[in-house]
Amino acid sequence: MRIVVLVKAVPIVGNERLGDGFRVDRGSGLEPNGNDEYVLEAALKLTEAHGGEVTLLTMGPAAAADALRKGLAMGATRAVHVSDEALAGSCARATAEVLAAALRRLEYDLAFAGADTSDGQGGIVAAAIAARLGLPYLSYAAHIEPGADGATVRVHRLSPAGYDVLEAPMPALVMGTQVLGEPRYPSLRGIMQARGKETLTWSLADLGIDPARVGAAAATTRVLTAAPPPPRAGATIIRDAPDVAVERIVDFLAARSLV
Amino acid sequence: MDLDLPPEHELLRRTIRDFAANEVEPVVEEHERNRRFPTDVVARLGPMGLLGIPYPEEEGGAGLDTLAYAIAVEELSRVWGSLGIIVAAHTSLGCGPLHLAGTPEQKERFLVPMAQGRVLGAYGLTEPEAGSDSGGTRTAARHEDGPGAGSWVIDGRKRFITNAGQAGTYVITARTGARHDGSPEISAFIVEAGTPGFTVGRLEEKMGLHASATGELLFERCRVPAEQMLGGRGDGWKTFLKTLDGGRISIGAMAVGLAQAALDASVAYARERRQFGRPIGTFQGVAFMIADMATEIDAARAMVWRAAWLKDQGRDYALAAAEAKLFASEVAQRATNDGVQIHGGYGYVEEYKVERFLRDAKLTEIGEGTSQIQRLVIGRRVLGLKVV
Repeated sequence: MRIVVLVKAVPIVGNERLGDGFRVDRGSGLEPNGNDEYVLEAALKLTEAHGGEVTLLTMGPAAAADALRKGLAMGATRAVHVSDEALAGSCARATAEVLAAALRRLEYDLAFAGADTSDGQGGIVAAAIAARLGLPYLSYAAHIEPGADGATVRVHRLSPAGYDVLEAPMPALVMGTQVLGEPRYPSLRGIMQARGKETLTWSLADLGIDPARVGAAAATTRVLTAAPPPPRAGATIIRDAPDVAVERIVDFLAARSLV
Repeated sequence: MDLDLPPEHELLRRTIRDFAANEVEPVVEEHERNRRFPTDVVARLGPMGLLGIPYPEEEGGAGLDTLAYAIAVEELSRVWGSLGIIVAAHTSLGCGPLHLAGTPEQKERFLVPMAQGRVLGAYGLTEPEAGSDSGGTRTAARHEDGPGAGSWVIDGRKRFITNAGQAGTYVITARTGARHDGSPEISAFIVEAGTPGFTVGRLEEKMGLHASATGELLFERCRVPAEQMLGGRGDGWKTFLKTLDGGRISIGAMAVGLAQAALDASVAYARERRQFGRPIGTFQGVAFMIADMATEIDAARAMVWRAAWLKDQGRDYALAAAEAKLFASEVAQRATNDGVQIHGGYGYVEEYKVERFLRDAKLTEIGEGTSQIQRLVIGRRVLGLKVV
């Protein structure tokens, strides 16, 4: 089973800074987007159980190499890094176009994506890629398994009442949730092995994409303003014994009709 | 000159920091309060490769270097001093002598399971009457003929041994005779837990590092086959001097971690705690303490990394390691003490954990050579004189 995992390199959570034009500064200190690590973990478990290999695919600046290194250290086989100066400031539409073009050049049975990213939080790129490539799109997966015939994939999709069981022919694109299970920590051996793993760097020219179609100038959405969230106001910290504390918390919630 | 960490080391630091914050921190308080050894946490370190960081893969290790090991000990100690000392004692003192002096058979049988993290290691040098004066070793081993190369029968007592009772493999020193000049001939032996005649005695109630185990090793007609002598007869002294040189780097790293923990807590507190209508960090009296802590910690870390780097280059690192250990441990003492001071009354109560950093840091001025012994080592090297 060949799985491509879409990974976004995001600023280390808590260290986000806004740069020019309200764009998130991704110049350094990047890590794999948290939700992407959950689908990577699912991909690693699937290939460990059924054979195959995992390819990481990212679009991002040079510093995204740090995020790929972690994914490789966790156990991915290789990484593909789409990087081009013309990509800076790309909107979700352009991102989906570029990643879809990269996927066309790769051989895979499944592509995985996390639910959304900790910096942009758009949550639409994966669906847009599936639409462009005409792939079945299985979203909000809580469980992923190969179908009995080896040509299909089966997922449990979270629903308000529990989950739906979906099945689709491969290749398909699966958007996963944190219910898939906690990602592993890279082992030290994995960190060392990552040094010898293949990372392909592709430019827009490699993908045959006109630079005029991507980047800030071609963006179909515009950020009008952005601001850090206001500091959280007046938290109430309850330090009583558990029985008293529980009662106080329940009263607090009940007073606001939250329980 | 490149002062940036290599990307692998940066990833290792990030990984251990995440692991320590998410998996370790939540269980620290409970273990410290109950003085309980963190068996479950230690069991998770092995598969991650954290119990054999600087040893080659064929010896069961992760195949990284001393710098990586120092970073790991710092990051673990930053969250939990007890875990830092457990890992440092296992890696430097338990595995170290086997890596330095073990035969291929000894490495295969003892070092590989230790470096893979399946068996914890300990090192028995200190005795009730032989601390800084390790030459005063009373524990003795007597050779007896028998099948093969015969066996050694060990009698004596070791004290203040880290990982006592938790380790599966112990490397210990014993007298095996006298040299021509009358000084004791010291040899090293590998003794497995459960060997008849070997028991663990009293466990100490320590000032700090409450979740680490420190105790006595008792040998009473404890017989080990001759193949379990580590290094040649009389080589025990040389091996343990080298082992301690390496161990000093890890104690230095542990000291940096504890000092950094005190600084982290103090910065957060000084920003948030208000007196006279403003954060206490805006008062020079507090800000200058923080400035000194930050400055000294940066210097201490640079010294520890330099000693590790020299070792990794195969260069003489004994002086650098002694200097780093001396300076870092005294920085840790000052920084953790100031950490309590900045927290005021809250610093003196257990809930704010800075008092734990202070108690834990004290050990770094004592273990693996007191500050006075480090000054002796440094003074002798710098002066070229037999300073006593």
